[in-house]
Amino acid sequence: MQNKSFMARLMAAPHIVWSILFIIAPLMFVFYYAFTDKSGAFTLSNIQQLGSPSYLTIFARSGAFALVATAICLLVAYPLAYAISRATPRMQKIYIMLIMLPMWMNFLIRTYSIMAIIEDTGFVNTLLGYLGIDPIHMINTDGAVIFGMVYNYLPYMVLPIHTVLSKLDNRLLEASADLGCTPMQTFFKVVMPLSRSGIVSGITMVFVPSVSTFYISQKLGGSSFDLIGDTIERQFQTAYNYNLGAAMSLVLMAVILISMAIMNRYSDDEGSVVV
Amino acid sequence: MKTLSKVYTMLIFVILYAPIAVMVLFSFNASNSTGVFTGFSLYWYKELLSDPATLSALKNTLILAVTSSCIATIIGTVAAVGISKLKNKHTQNAIMTVTNIPMMNPDIVTGISMMLLFVFVSAKLGASQSLGFGTVLIAHVTFNLPYVILSVMPKIRQMDRHLTEAAMDLGCTPFQAFCKVEFPAILPGIISGAIMAFTLSLDDFVISYFTTGNGFETLPIRIYSMTKKRVTPDMYALSTLIFIAVLVLLILSNVAQGDDKKKTRRAKK
Repeated sequence: MQNKSFMARLMAAPHIVWSILFIIAPLMFVFYYAFTDKSGAFTLSNIQQLGSPSYLTIFARSGAFALVATAICLLVAYPLAYAISRATPRMQKIYIMLIMLPMWMNFLIRTYSIMAIIEDTGFVNTLLGYLGIDPIHMINTDGAVIFGMVYNYLPYMVLPIHTVLSKLDNRLLEASADLGCTPMQTFFKVVMPLSRSGIVSGITMVFVPSVSTFYISQKLGGSSFDLIGDTIERQFQTAYNYNLGAAMSLVLMAVILISMAIMNRYSDDEGSVVV
Repeated sequence: MKTLSKVYTMLIFVILYAPIAVMVLFSFNASNSTGVFTGFSLYWYKELLSDPATLSALKNTLILAVTSSCIATIIGTVAAVGISKLKNKHTQNAIMTVTNIPMMNPDIVTGISMMLLFVFVSAKLGASQSLGFGTVLIAHVTFNLPYVILSVMPKIRQMDRHLTEAAMDLGCTPFQAFCKVEFPAILPGIISGAIMAFTLSLDDFVISYFTTGNGFETLPIRIYSMTKKRVTPDMYALSTLIFIAVLVLLILSNVAQGDDKKKTRRAKK
């Protein structure tokens, strides 16, 4: 018996060592760099710097963009996931494959392809030109960045919601109708609450990459404004201010962990209600 | 209602595929415009395939994906078996929480945290070249591990523990019991974990971007540096080739699955 648990520990050991070296230690370094200056002395100035209006604007803008993109994703994805889940199993499989196919292409390519079509001399404006419509300036606007986020991360919202909806028992809907609910009421009182876990995981899967992106904002937003991701990326790739970059990452991580804790509480509550 | 939902679904798919379709179309453009189609040509494909940097990036990506997914699959599978046998539930939970950190953290934070570690350690060791293939490999194994463990774990839980005991009663050593009973039972989980790790590694840009150094370029990093400059259709050609590769793989895997199902159905009859 003693031998068996020793074996178990021995088998888990390489992974535990790996996790300590390459998950925990790196995070410690983020803390270390965030609270030290270039010479390695303890300082709070990195964190304090982030309290300045210019950085607060960046944080607020990132949060707002990610929230709007997540909300649009949810509004677009839910009806789509619902429509797909009502199709025949064969069609569902094809639809899901079509949703996943763009996801398998690198997000750089997807973003780049959007950029190419909405450029001032891009495909859409050329097409509009043929129709005699003046070109519309789309690239380097807030709308373009949000569209890029929605376009890139929509599948992450559709897939979990579809998974939950496709398992929904049809008899529940019939029962609800029998008991006098209108289709509208059935939707809000039965379908929506039962799909909450899918919605919650969809929201996290869209919000986290949206709030931390830098490529989408660089390509579609131009240099007119920065998001958190752009600012962090610059500290590490061009400005070489690792300490400030680490402090920003720390804040980003904290924001995400807090919002995920709140989201998880929601899905847990739902779980207990269902049980 | 039915037609409305059909129209809606179609509309979303049109928007989803329009940029890709335009890209495929313009990869065959004779001029370097991305707005006006001037004529059919394979010029950009020739340009792309004669570019040594892109080809070496492709090679690097494949080597990286194969090595990192193999290492992650081995460490992850062994760890999943070990973790599931641990008596102490708190230790189990603690290990799983730490394992999941790279999955929950934004990629940019995972990337820079590892970069800070590598830069710091190599500065202490006095190494001149701190970032390169080794560091990217470590980073990829790290973010692949949770996916391997999470796909093997459920298979271990589903397995009937009595089977292993029965094997040992019948004279197997614990190692034989593992090879003959446990391993085949969890193999589907191992395979799907390995495939997931492989594709994630192929696709990763952000973490590689921060943990790589001069001299080691993966395909996504190559794409990034190509798109930094002015838009030219050789990028489209590359993207079209990737799109076709993905499409073929997806269709093949679906056909293979379909065949499997047919076979099992026939076997049941």
